[in-house]
Amino acid sequence: MRVTINGKSEEVSGSTVLEILKAKDVSPQMVAVEFNSKMLERDELGSTVVKDGDAIEFLFYMGGGA
Amino acid sequence: MVFVPDSEEQVTRYSRHILLPEVGGKGQQKIGQARVLIVGAGGLGSPAAFYLAAAGIGTIGLIDSDAVDLSNLQRQIIHQTPDIGRPKVASAKAKILALNPNVAVETHAARLTGENALDLIGRYDIVVDGVDTFPAKFLINDACFFARKPLVHGGILRFEGRVFTILPGQSACLRCIFRQPPPPGAVATCQEAGVIGALAGVIGTIQTTEVLKLILGKGRLLTNRLLDYDARETRFREIQVAKNPRCPLCGERPEITRLFEHEPEVCAVRTV
Ligand SMILES: [Zn+2]
Repeated sequence: MRVTINGKSEEVSGSTVLEILKAKDVSPQMVAVEFNSKMLERDELGSTVVKDGDAIEFLFYMGGGA
Repeated sequence: MVFVPDSEEQVTRYSRHILLPEVGGKGQQKIGQARVLIVGAGGLGSPAAFYLAAAGIGTIGLIDSDAVDLSNLQRQIIHQTPDIGRPKVASAKAKILALNPNVAVETHAARLTGENALDLIGRYDIVVDGVDTFPAKFLINDACFFARKPLVHGGILRFEGRVFTILPGQSACLRCIFRQPPPPGAVATCQEAGVIGALAGVIGTIQTTEVLKLILGKGRLLTNRLLDYDARETRFREIQVAKNPRCPLCGERPEITRLFEHEPEVCAVRTV
Protein backbone atom coordinates (compact mmCIF):
# COMPACT_ATOMS: atom_id res chain seq x y z
CA MET A 1 0.00 0.00 0.00
CA ARG A 2 1.29 3.48 -0.88
CA VAL A 3 0.65 6.37 1.44
CA THR A 4 2.11 9.85 1.76
CA ILE A 5 4.14 10.26 4.94
CA ASN A 6 5.39 13.76 5.73
CA GLY A 7 5.01 14.75 2.12
CA LYS A 8 6.81 11.74 0.64
CA SER A 9 5.09 8.82 -1.04
CA GLU A 10 6.04 5.58 0.70
CA GLU A 11 5.24 1.89 0.48
CA VAL A 12 4.09 0.76 3.92
CA SER A 13 2.91 -2.38 5.58
CA GLY A 14 0.48 -2.17 8.46
CA SER A 15 -3.21 -1.53 8.42
CA THR A 16 -3.57 1.15 11.08
CA VAL A 17 -1.73 4.39 11.84
CA LEU A 18 -0.39 2.80 15.04
CA GLU A 19 1.05 -0.16 13.09
CA ILE A 20 2.78 2.19 10.66
CA LEU A 21 4.22 4.18 13.57
CA LYS A 22 5.54 0.98 15.11
CA ALA A 23 6.97 -0.22 11.81
CA LYS A 24 8.86 3.08 11.59
CA ASP A 25 10.00 2.68 15.19
CA VAL A 26 8.34 5.89 16.35
CA SER A 27 6.89 5.96 19.85
CA PRO A 28 3.31 7.29 19.76
CA GLN A 29 4.21 9.54 22.71
CA MET A 30 6.81 11.35 20.68
CA VAL A 31 4.63 12.58 17.84
CA ALA A 32 1.41 14.27 17.02
CA VAL A 33 -0.27 12.59 14.07
CA GLU A 34 -2.29 14.27 11.39
CA PHE A 35 -4.28 11.90 9.21
CA ASN A 36 -5.72 13.28 5.98
CA SER A 37 -5.37 16.78 7.45
CA LYS A 38 -7.12 15.95 10.75
CA MET A 39 -5.33 15.63 14.08
CA LEU A 40 -5.69 12.20 15.66
CA GLU A 41 -5.94 11.67 19.39
CA ARG A 42 -3.55 9.10 20.76
CA ASP A 43 -6.34 6.61 21.41
CA GLU A 44 -7.43 6.86 17.78
CA LEU A 45 -4.10 5.72 16.34
CA GLY A 46 -4.90 2.03 16.73
CA SER A 47 -8.41 2.34 15.36
CA THR A 48 -7.60 4.49 12.35
CA VAL A 49 -7.41 2.25 9.31
CA VAL A 50 -5.06 3.35 6.55
CA LYS A 51 -5.99 2.98 2.90
CA ASP A 52 -4.02 3.40 -0.29
CA GLY A 53 -3.45 7.11 -1.01
CA ASP A 54 -3.96 8.38 2.56
CA ALA A 55 -1.74 11.18 3.84
CA ILE A 56 -0.10 10.97 7.24
CA GLU A 57 1.96 13.66 8.95
CA PHE A 58 4.11 12.73 11.89
CA LEU A 59 4.76 15.97 13.75
CA PHE A 60 7.74 15.74 16.03
CA TYR A 61 8.26 17.96 19.00
CA MET A 62 10.65 20.78 18.26
CA GLY A 63 12.14 22.18 21.41
CA GLY A 64 15.22 24.27 21.80
CA GLY A 65 15.67 27.94 21.22
CA ALA A 66 18.33 29.07 23.63
CA MET B 1 9.72 55.64 21.87
CA VAL B 2 7.22 56.68 19.24
CA PHE B 3 8.44 57.20 15.72
CA VAL B 4 8.52 60.92 15.02
CA PRO B 5 7.87 61.47 11.30
CA ASP B 6 9.45 64.91 11.31
CA SER B 7 12.64 63.69 12.94
CA GLU B 8 15.26 63.57 10.25
CA GLU B 9 17.25 60.98 12.15
CA GLN B 10 14.26 58.65 12.27
CA VAL B 11 13.11 59.22 8.69
CA THR B 12 16.61 58.35 7.52
CA ARG B 13 17.05 55.43 9.91
CA TYR B 14 13.80 53.79 8.84
CA SER B 15 13.83 54.96 5.21
CA ARG B 16 14.02 51.42 3.78
CA HIS B 17 10.92 50.52 5.75
CA ILE B 18 9.08 53.72 4.95
CA LEU B 19 9.68 53.12 1.23
CA LEU B 20 7.63 49.93 1.42
CA PRO B 21 3.96 50.48 0.62
CA GLU B 22 3.11 47.94 3.33
CA VAL B 23 4.93 50.03 5.93
CA GLY B 24 5.16 53.71 5.04
CA GLY B 25 5.16 56.42 7.70
CA LYS B 26 1.99 55.04 9.30
CA GLY B 27 3.36 51.52 9.59
CA GLN B 28 6.63 52.77 10.99
CA GLN B 29 4.62 54.68 13.56
CA LYS B 30 2.80 51.45 14.51
CA ILE B 31 6.17 49.72 14.88
CA GLY B 32 7.31 52.57 17.10
CA GLN B 33 4.30 52.15 19.35
CA ALA B 34 4.51 48.37 19.63
CA ARG B 35 5.50 46.53 22.80
CA VAL B 36 7.08 43.14 22.16
CA LEU B 37 8.17 40.63 24.79
CA ILE B 38 11.02 38.26 23.98
CA VAL B 39 11.02 35.30 26.35
CA GLY B 40 14.59 34.02 26.47
CA ALA B 41 17.58 36.15 25.46
CA GLY B 42 19.34 33.22 23.82
CA GLY B 43 19.60 31.65 20.37
CA LEU B 44 16.24 32.76 19.00
CA GLY B 45 16.01 35.81 21.23
CA SER B 46 19.30 37.22 19.91
CA PRO B 47 18.36 37.76 16.26
CA ALA B 48 14.83 38.71 17.32
CA ALA B 49 16.16 41.40 19.65
CA PHE B 50 18.60 42.73 17.05
CA TYR B 51 16.10 42.96 14.19
CA LEU B 52 13.25 44.24 16.35
CA ALA B 53 15.59 46.93 17.67
CA ALA B 54 16.78 47.80 14.18
CA ALA B 55 13.16 47.99 13.02
CA GLY B 56 12.41 50.60 15.66
CA ILE B 57 10.06 48.66 17.94
CA GLY B 58 8.92 51.06 20.64
CA THR B 59 9.43 48.82 23.64
CA ILE B 60 11.25 45.51 23.79
CA GLY B 61 10.80 43.42 26.93
CA LEU B 62 13.40 40.78 27.69
CA ILE B 63 12.99 38.05 30.25
CA ASP B 64 15.80 35.62 31.07
CA SER B 65 17.32 34.50 34.36
CA ASP B 66 20.63 33.25 32.97
CA ALA B 67 24.10 34.73 32.72
CA VAL B 68 26.12 34.57 29.51
CA ASP B 69 28.19 31.39 29.24
CA LEU B 70 31.06 30.68 26.85
CA SER B 71 29.06 27.83 25.27
CA ASN B 72 26.26 30.29 24.35
CA LEU B 73 28.43 32.31 21.99
CA GLN B 74 28.28 29.74 19.17
CA ARG B 75 24.71 30.91 18.42
CA GLN B 76 23.48 33.60 20.85
CA ILE B 77 24.89 36.44 18.77
CA ILE B 78 23.66 39.32 20.90
CA HIS B 79 26.19 38.25 23.53
CA GLN B 80 29.92 38.60 22.99
CA THR B 81 33.05 37.27 24.62
CA PRO B 82 33.46 40.16 27.10
CA ASP B 83 29.87 39.51 28.27
CA ILE B 84 30.63 36.12 29.78
CA GLY B 85 29.23 36.02 33.30
CA ARG B 86 26.98 39.03 32.73
CA PRO B 87 23.18 38.67 33.04
CA LYS B 88 21.83 37.96 29.56
CA VAL B 89 19.16 40.64 29.80
CA ALA B 90 21.77 43.30 30.65
CA SER B 91 24.07 42.13 27.87
CA ALA B 92 21.22 42.16 25.34
CA LYS B 93 19.94 45.54 26.49
CA ALA B 94 23.34 47.13 25.91
CA LYS B 95 23.50 45.82 22.33
CA ILE B 96 19.94 46.91 21.57
CA LEU B 97 20.61 50.45 22.77
CA ALA B 98 23.89 50.65 20.88
CA LEU B 99 22.05 49.65 17.71
CA ASN B 100 19.02 51.87 18.27
CA PRO B 101 18.79 54.25 21.21
CA ASN B 102 15.18 55.06 20.29
CA VAL B 103 14.07 51.69 21.68
CA ALA B 104 12.90 51.42 25.27
CA VAL B 105 14.19 48.18 26.78
CA GLU B 106 12.53 46.59 29.79
CA THR B 107 14.58 43.83 31.37
CA HIS B 108 13.28 41.12 33.64
CA ALA B 109 16.10 39.07 35.15
CA ALA B 110 13.82 36.23 36.08
CA ARG B 111 12.41 32.96 34.86
CA LEU B 112 8.92 33.03 33.38
CA THR B 113 6.74 31.13 35.85
CA GLY B 114 3.11 30.25 36.41
CA GLU B 115 3.04 33.11 38.92
CA ASN B 116 4.53 35.94 36.87
CA ALA B 117 3.62 34.96 33.29
CA LEU B 118 0.15 36.49 33.01
CA ASP B 119 1.13 39.78 34.57
CA LEU B 120 4.24 40.09 32.44
CA ILE B 121 2.72 38.98 29.14
CA GLY B 122 -0.29 41.20 29.83
CA ARG B 123 1.97 44.24 29.57
CA TYR B 124 2.97 43.52 25.95
CA ASP B 125 1.25 43.32 22.57
CA ILE B 126 3.09 40.34 21.08
CA VAL B 127 5.22 37.55 22.52
CA VAL B 128 8.24 35.84 20.94
CA ASP B 129 9.06 32.33 22.19
CA GLY B 130 12.82 31.99 22.52
CA VAL B 131 12.93 29.45 25.33
CA ASP B 132 14.49 26.03 25.19
CA THR B 133 12.38 23.76 27.35
CA PHE B 134 9.01 22.22 26.61
CA PRO B 135 7.44 23.15 29.95
CA ALA B 136 8.38 26.78 29.24
CA LYS B 137 7.02 26.60 25.67
CA PHE B 138 3.71 25.21 26.93
CA LEU B 139 3.60 27.79 29.72
CA ILE B 140 4.03 30.61 27.16
CA ASN B 141 1.39 29.04 24.91
CA ASP B 142 -1.10 28.84 27.78
CA ALA B 143 -0.29 32.28 29.20
CA CYS B 144 -0.72 33.88 25.76
CA PHE B 145 -4.08 32.12 25.45
CA PHE B 146 -5.32 33.40 28.80
CA ALA B 147 -3.91 36.89 28.15
CA ARG B 148 -5.16 36.82 24.53
CA LYS B 149 -1.79 37.87 23.15
CA PRO B 150 -0.43 36.79 19.75
CA LEU B 151 2.51 34.42 20.08
CA VAL B 152 5.25 33.61 17.61
CA HIS B 153 6.55 30.19 18.55
CA GLY B 154 9.97 28.99 17.46
CA GLY B 155 12.10 25.93 18.03
CA ILE B 156 15.49 24.72 16.90
CA LEU B 157 17.35 21.47 17.39
CA ARG B 158 20.24 19.84 15.60
CA PHE B 159 19.68 20.76 11.93
CA GLU B 160 16.01 21.56 12.20
CA GLY B 161 13.80 24.45 13.11
CA ARG B 162 10.15 25.43 13.25
CA VAL B 163 8.10 28.61 13.32
CA PHE B 164 4.41 28.82 14.12
CA THR B 165 2.26 31.86 14.83
CA ILE B 166 -0.67 31.64 17.20
CA LEU B 167 -3.60 34.02 17.48
CA PRO B 168 -5.10 32.72 20.71
CA GLY B 169 -8.68 31.56 20.40
CA GLN B 170 -8.64 32.18 16.65
CA SER B 171 -5.97 29.89 15.23
CA ALA B 172 -4.44 26.58 16.27
CA CYS B 173 -2.32 26.67 19.42
CA LEU B 174 0.55 24.43 20.46
CA ARG B 175 -1.82 22.19 22.42
CA CYS B 176 -4.12 21.81 19.41
CA ILE B 177 -1.25 19.79 17.94
CA PHE B 178 0.67 18.51 20.96
CA ARG B 179 -1.59 18.06 23.96
CA GLN B 180 1.32 18.24 26.38
CA PRO B 181 5.12 18.24 26.58
CA PRO B 182 6.89 15.00 25.65
CA PRO B 183 7.27 12.48 28.47
CA PRO B 184 10.22 13.09 30.79
CA GLY B 185 13.23 10.94 30.04
CA ALA B 186 12.15 10.33 26.45
CA VAL B 187 14.10 13.32 25.22
CA ALA B 188 17.70 14.22 24.58
CA THR B 189 19.07 17.40 26.12
CA CYS B 190 20.25 20.30 23.98
CA GLN B 191 23.76 19.70 25.22
CA GLU B 192 23.55 16.09 24.07
CA ALA B 193 21.81 16.87 20.82
CA GLY B 194 23.56 20.04 19.73
CA VAL B 195 22.35 22.61 17.24
CA ILE B 196 23.76 24.41 14.24
CA GLY B 197 24.20 27.96 15.49
CA ALA B 198 23.05 29.65 12.29
CA LEU B 199 19.68 27.89 12.61
CA ALA B 200 18.90 30.31 15.41
CA GLY B 201 19.33 33.13 12.90
CA VAL B 202 17.08 31.54 10.29
CA ILE B 203 14.27 30.76 12.71
CA GLY B 204 14.65 33.86 14.90
CA THR B 205 14.47 36.20 11.91
CA ILE B 206 11.38 34.46 10.54
CA GLN B 207 9.80 34.92 13.97
CA THR B 208 10.75 38.60 13.85
CA THR B 209 9.17 39.02 10.42
CA GLU B 210 5.97 37.50 11.79
CA VAL B 211 6.03 40.04 14.63
CA LEU B 212 6.37 42.92 12.15
CA LYS B 213 3.52 41.53 10.02
CA LEU B 214 1.37 41.27 13.13
CA ILE B 215 2.10 44.90 14.00
CA LEU B 216 1.50 46.13 10.46
CA GLY B 217 -1.52 43.92 9.84
CA LYS B 218 0.00 43.00 6.48
CA GLY B 219 0.75 39.77 4.68
CA ARG B 220 -0.30 36.25 5.56
CA LEU B 221 0.71 34.99 8.98
CA LEU B 222 2.07 31.55 9.80
CA THR B 223 -1.16 30.72 11.55
CA ASN B 224 -2.65 27.26 11.12
CA ARG B 225 0.52 26.08 9.45
CA LEU B 226 3.82 24.98 10.85
CA LEU B 227 6.88 26.03 8.92
CA ASP B 228 9.53 23.38 9.36
CA TYR B 229 13.08 23.98 8.15
CA ASP B 230 15.49 21.15 7.49
CA ALA B 231 18.93 22.69 7.16
CA ARG B 232 20.53 19.37 6.16
CA GLU B 233 18.43 19.32 3.00
CA THR B 234 17.93 23.09 2.84
CA ARG B 235 14.25 22.42 2.66
CA PHE B 236 11.27 24.29 4.05
CA ARG B 237 8.04 22.42 4.51
CA GLU B 238 4.65 23.69 5.52
CA ILE B 239 2.27 21.52 7.49
CA GLN B 240 -1.32 22.64 7.55
CA VAL B 241 -2.92 22.39 10.95
CA ALA B 242 -6.24 23.55 12.31
CA LYS B 243 -7.74 24.64 15.58
CA ASN B 244 -8.58 21.39 17.34
CA PRO B 245 -12.04 21.27 18.91
CA ARG B 246 -10.61 18.74 21.37
CA CYS B 247 -7.68 20.97 22.36
CA PRO B 248 -7.36 20.84 26.16
CA LEU B 249 -6.73 24.60 26.20
CA CYS B 250 -8.62 26.34 23.41
CA GLY B 251 -11.03 23.56 22.45
CA GLU B 252 -14.76 23.28 23.02
CA ARG B 253 -14.46 21.61 26.41
CA PRO B 254 -11.17 22.86 27.85
CA GLU B 255 -9.53 20.89 30.63
CA ILE B 256 -6.98 23.61 31.31
CA THR B 257 -8.80 26.51 32.89
CA ARG B 258 -5.95 28.17 34.74
CA LEU B 259 -2.23 28.63 34.25
CA PHE B 260 0.10 25.94 35.56
CA GLU B 261 3.65 24.75 34.97
CA HIS B 262 4.58 21.32 33.74
CA GLU B 263 7.40 19.63 35.62
CA PRO B 264 10.77 21.11 34.66
CA GLU B 265 12.37 19.04 31.97
CA VAL B 266 15.43 18.88 29.83
CA CYS B 267 15.19 20.64 26.51
CA ALA B 268 14.77 19.24 23.14
CA VAL B 269 13.72 16.25 21.17
CA ARG B 270 13.25 14.06 18.31
CA THR B 271 14.08 10.48 18.87
CA VAL B 272 14.16 9.33 15.29
ZN1 LIG C 1 -5.46 24.86 21.14
